[in-house]
Amino acid sequence: MSLPNGWEMVIGLEVHTELKTKTKLFCGCANAFGSAPNTQVCPICLGLPGSLPVMNERAVELAMAIGFALNCTIQDSTFHRKNYFYPDMPKDYQISQYDVPINAHGYLTLPDGFRVSIERAHMEEDTGKTTHLGTSGRIHGADRSLVDYNRSGVPLVEIVSGPDIRTSQQARDYVAELRAILIAIGASDGRMEEGSLRVDANVSVRKADAPFGTRCEIKNLNSLRSLQRAIEYEALRQIEVLEDGGKIRQETRHWDEDRGETSTLRVKEEAEDYRYFREPDLVDLAPDQAWRDRVKAGLPRLPAERRGLIESLLGELSDAQRDAVATIVDQGLDEYVLGVADAKGDVSLALARTANEIAANVAGRTNLSVANFVATVAMEQLGQLSATQAKTVLGELLESGGDPAAIAKAKGFEQLSSDTLSVTVGELIEANPDEWQRFKDGDDKLAQFFIGLVMKATKGQANGKAVIAELQSRR
Amino acid sequence: MKTAQQIANDVRAGESALVAVEASLAAIKARNEELNVFLYVDEDGARTAAEAVDAKVRRGEDPGLLAGVPIALKDNMCTTGIPTTCSSKILEGWKPPYNATVVDMLAAQGAISMGKTNLDEFAMGSSTENSAFGPTRNPLDPTRVPGGSSGGSAAAVAAEMTPLSLGSDTGGSIRQPAALCGLVGVKPTYGLVSRYGLIAFASSLDQIGPFASTVTDAALLLEAISGHDPMDSTSLPEPAPSLVAHVNDGVAGKRIALVRELVEGADDAVVASVNRAVEVLKDAGATIVELSIPELHLGLSAYYLIAPAEASSNLARYDGVRFGNRIDGDDVTAMMEATRTAGFGAEVKRRIMLGTYALSAGYFDAYYGQALKVRTRMIEAFAAAYQQADMIIGATTPSVAFTFGSKTNDPMAMYLNDVFTIPTNLAGEAALSVPFGTGEADLPIGVQLLGPGRSEARLFAAARVLEIADGR
Repeated sequence: MSLPNGWEMVIGLEVHTELKTKTKLFCGCANAFGSAPNTQVCPICLGLPGSLPVMNERAVELAMAIGFALNCTIQDSTFHRKNYFYPDMPKDYQISQYDVPINAHGYLTLPDGFRVSIERAHMEEDTGKTTHLGTSGRIHGADRSLVDYNRSGVPLVEIVSGPDIRTSQQARDYVAELRAILIAIGASDGRMEEGSLRVDANVSVRKADAPFGTRCEIKNLNSLRSLQRAIEYEALRQIEVLEDGGKIRQETRHWDEDRGETSTLRVKEEAEDYRYFREPDLVDLAPDQAWRDRVKAGLPRLPAERRGLIESLLGELSDAQRDAVATIVDQGLDEYVLGVADAKGDVSLALARTANEIAANVAGRTNLSVANFVATVAMEQLGQLSATQAKTVLGELLESGGDPAAIAKAKGFEQLSSDTLSVTVGELIEANPDEWQRFKDGDDKLAQFFIGLVMKATKGQANGKAVIAELQSRR
Repeated sequence: MKTAQQIANDVRAGESALVAVEASLAAIKARNEELNVFLYVDEDGARTAAEAVDAKVRRGEDPGLLAGVPIALKDNMCTTGIPTTCSSKILEGWKPPYNATVVDMLAAQGAISMGKTNLDEFAMGSSTENSAFGPTRNPLDPTRVPGGSSGGSAAAVAAEMTPLSLGSDTGGSIRQPAALCGLVGVKPTYGLVSRYGLIAFASSLDQIGPFASTVTDAALLLEAISGHDPMDSTSLPEPAPSLVAHVNDGVAGKRIALVRELVEGADDAVVASVNRAVEVLKDAGATIVELSIPELHLGLSAYYLIAPAEASSNLARYDGVRFGNRIDGDDVTAMMEATRTAGFGAEVKRRIMLGTYALSAGYFDAYYGQALKVRTRMIEAFAAAYQQADMIIGATTPSVAFTFGSKTNDPMAMYLNDVFTIPTNLAGEAALSVPFGTGEADLPIGVQLLGPGRSEARLFAAARVLEIADGR
């Protein structure tokens, strides 16, 4: 979207990611989504009097991994208390990092080469979750509020970008790339809908090269689509205010997905004084060089490099293929495509089958070895299986494993002999004389009509290319 | 009354732990109503625990360092299923679902918890007059305060209800009541004793420590509760020190500094006691040096910024949402306000306000930030002093036990009671108070011995020299 009258957006993003640890940041409670309310709690994450936090080593490792992946300086760091009262925050303060975060001064490169600076990526604990009962759905005016502390104390890393982003598409690309990186290094499951990845957008507008305008922070962005829509709405809102001679008030705004607009949540002038001070219950975080080196050495290849590798095997890419590559890398399915490439198979076909069939049942990948995938693609490529049959075989493999050739045989996916196909085609031509005439007269679209009939008659056992060849030979 | 050491020896030799427990219960029954020492007495729990110790002895197992020894716990240490109030209405009726680490360690060593003792609300005070459940009286003179904030734990031992008790010391809350009740009281090195389950007042200063009527008993108890706890990140990594074995090591060859600022302003009788203690230690072979540490004058001001600042945050969780008292309101903010207004006493509110102010934007640098700098200077000044001396001697309190109400209307006068004890907490080091001589109305005087981190064994040995000279 381009803005009117020479306006430009200035966007900075704050991304909170829950870390994929087994246990919470400061206690041994399980870090898992979806359990019955208040079943994953203990004196520590409930903030009961006398309880004390103890740092989760794995969380520190994942935080460092994020730092390395985002080209940050990893430094000795401290923890502070951020003090404010809220019912879902058990201690009424949040343990977070303040002036000295574990990761600082990094950058992330977008697929188009644009570089977004990362100011910091710091560790903190998550809060519980409040459900407000009553008409408003917000804390004010609620009849009752229910608090679930299962999320309380879940480790978070907050990644703060510089105000470098200039379009809503760039913002979307940034979050998509960041998400892919977090998933690739095993730091996050990246689920925006479940809130394990949460994005707040700071948006302001200015005329090109003018100083930054007053920004508003937008919350409740639960998908990439929401992020992009909300930024666009907010930029246009601000432009309208400014062009009417008004001023932008620094405030936090709530994105309403259904109504497609942002509204004031709280005004910054009323913002609380968090009275930050060093957390006396924790010691400073000073990972030694050997530990830092171990984390760095353990980093897997990042998505950009992996996408590059697959793309280099494909040559010229369509947009759909580019998306398919991104999907595969996001889901860590690279090995299937690379396996087909190693076997000198059809990489493009492998890409399509991986991005569609395997991505649709990622859980099933434990049943599907790379070798069996390579064999299935080869059978399709050689015409031993039709596309429909190949998809069915893959579905079966993902569901319960097995040998592709055996599955094909058991399902009766032997290719029809050319004699049988010829007889079937002949019968169908006889039954549909008008369509056949039109095909003969040069209407190629009718080929699909006949393929459909043949597939129906043969219960999908025919090979589409073979049907076309048979039709052409009779034309 | 038998000492803890005698009880543990007798129990190991086959005497039933119930003997000491019944004696303790009888002593509590005799004077608790008058003195208001225990907020909760766990009669059944104590008897059950005593029987378990007896069973261990019968089976030939080691019943622990403190086998069958009755002990009282300050009511700011969490005890599973037993009310833990911090002497505050805001926690009235709350039963923790877990034990403080020290409570488990005591049980593992065979000690018998008799119940929970009174304190100044959330350990904020120097007289135990700030308890929501009424003041504790000094067993030596019930018209006077026992000191505070661990006044109940001090009174329990002074009234011979238990031979041992645990207190917590944030700015002097063990040493000051020990001095006022004629007991040995120890503020261990920060991190020596786990804080897990100790309800926080000021986290960077709080430390649990023992009360006992003898130096050896205090050493025995501290040895039992020391050592690394993985549940407390600030816990020292080293194993528990050997203390009892060194109680009679004496002070020969030790350099002891008499620090001017630690007697300045004290009553004549107190100064005289300290001077006499110096002579005794000199006679026992110590070298005495006289030192001035001017930074100690800054301690009180720094403390009354740092401790309230941490307290303002530590006490935020008492909001009526999850535990303790709740006073309903129109919305959640009103509920929190009503709960905190009704639940906290005046001194707690004063400190929450002080601390909130000290941490606020625009005041942080001038108050809290400045106090942290003073704290660093204090640590450096002590370190320099310990280049010239192995330990420091001074007064514990400016006077003997004072009468009820004599300082309640003047917070500064009350705060000044801790002027000699606060610097050790700021430095995170070790100190103890040992009774030595008497003052006005024949009331006990405490002499304070201070040392660097993990110097407890040295301090106990010096205290033992004074104890012997005092005829005990």
